[in-house]
Amino acid sequence: MSLERFLKNAVSSWMSEEGPDSDIVLSSRVRLARNLREYKFPIIFSRDEAEAIIQWAKNDLSSLPVSNTCSLELLTMNDLKPIEKRVLVEKHLVSPNLAENAPFGAVLLSNNEEVSVMINEEDHIRIQCLYPGLQLKEALVMAGQVDDWIEDKGVYAFDEERGYLTSCPTNVGTGLRASVMMHLPGLVLTRQINRIIPAINQLGLVVRGIYGEGSEALGNIFQISNQITLGKSEEDIVEDLLSVVEQIIDRERSAREALVETSDIQLEDRVFRSYGILANARVIETKEAAKCLSDLRLGIDLGYIKDIPKTILNELMILTQPGFLQQYAGGPLNPDERDIRRAALIRERLMLEENRD
Amino acid sequence: MICEKCHERPATLHYTNVVNGKKTEVHLCETCAQEKGNKSLFNGYAGFSINDLLGGLLNGVAFQQSHNSVAHREELRCPKCHMIYQQFVEIGRFGCSECYSTFKNHLVPVLKRLHSGNIVHTGKIPKKAGGNISLKKRIEELKQDLKSSIDQEEFESAANIRDEIRALEKEMNNSQEGGGQT
Repeated sequence: MSLERFLKNAVSSWMSEEGPDSDIVLSSRVRLARNLREYKFPIIFSRDEAEAIIQWAKNDLSSLPVSNTCSLELLTMNDLKPIEKRVLVEKHLVSPNLAENAPFGAVLLSNNEEVSVMINEEDHIRIQCLYPGLQLKEALVMAGQVDDWIEDKGVYAFDEERGYLTSCPTNVGTGLRASVMMHLPGLVLTRQINRIIPAINQLGLVVRGIYGEGSEALGNIFQISNQITLGKSEEDIVEDLLSVVEQIIDRERSAREALVETSDIQLEDRVFRSYGILANARVIETKEAAKCLSDLRLGIDLGYIKDIPKTILNELMILTQPGFLQQYAGGPLNPDERDIRRAALIRERLMLEENRD
Repeated sequence: MICEKCHERPATLHYTNVVNGKKTEVHLCETCAQEKGNKSLFNGYAGFSINDLLGGLLNGVAFQQSHNSVAHREELRCPKCHMIYQQFVEIGRFGCSECYSTFKNHLVPVLKRLHSGNIVHTGKIPKKAGGNISLKKRIEELKQDLKSSIDQEEFESAANIRDEIRALEKEMNNSQEGGGQT
């Protein structure tokens, strides 16, 4: 398969489109956890219950009118190859937990991949809306609509006092997890991030690396999300997160300005060195690729590099993950082979831009 | 630093999680860290889930309560999924929606810790499963409005609010008689 065609199939809208504040906010995500009253939760439900839920999703949910042009397609985890599952995880369309540990798991995907509904993960239903840039409110509205449609087809487990009942009490109430993915090289380079993260934590928000719980911040990308789901309305949760995110955006912008002012040539050097590595390396590990891509993206944002689109960071951060590399290669690769394939993919991708002129 | 699990190998993985200003640190060697990471298919994603940390938190709560209610708690078993409280403490997750009422009394301190002191849902209410809850909440609000109107001697608006309350109460009674699912 040619790289161009592969990209066409591989890239979801949140990776390739620019949204509001997309120089700093890569994507916004809203997740709602829901359960059906009738069945036990997935950690202990019976095979029959699991299959009944999948059947229900297949019959009643796959025709949901997500948007005028868009329908939902059901993929069951058991029917997918390990590489295909891994690709879904790398695109943030399903959780690692659904791909690895959910024998009766399935996902309903909209064709633009903005809406995904995981079935039989930790909860029966997990609605996710993923948008490019800072669009938390839009994502919440969309998730709310999908939620209404699904409720029309089933009866939720809901309690007057506790709200939407979830398997884990960390999600009870609204079942809402709102998160944004932010590229913060300025705050990392000026070492302000070490002071900002504890401050964010104090406000009941959580900061993580790009792939969720327990992962380090690859390529200066941080995920910020709400921790509290009970006792606040959905709108307030999103509003509180937004106000913090907006402050971080301001800080990041001034950090970048300060860097340009105080160490312009050093910064430009750093950007072009990384560009040089990406354009020429024959073997490159995930970590080095992430660092160089972050530098390249910063260089594009600051205007040092003009002929490469901004979305290259979002795109290549995802496409250079092991699952995608193996899909592109058409078969399994060992780690050494992946590093070679990763370097080749990045070189080809950058070449594609040069040829476009 | 030595791994806190096997106490043999040097700890190379240092994990810090801060939630609501509360800091938890874990120091493990690579071998134990991988075991802990669910023997992950995607080793890059291996790590600690919120449930691992939650387990510790719930144990803390259970310990505090054990002085007065050991016998009582051990007997508690969810009628729908047959889960007992100790199982919940171990895995940090409930077996079914009934568990919330079965373990209601034990749950309040847990929820308070997880959600900054909040224990009552104030967000969205589903149309079907929510039944009359949204109506009830609206009537409560109107009764408050009615009271303040009367206090301020705005009798005309008070009369309007009273009529609205009556209409909503009628609607509620009708839906209860009609099976409650509309």
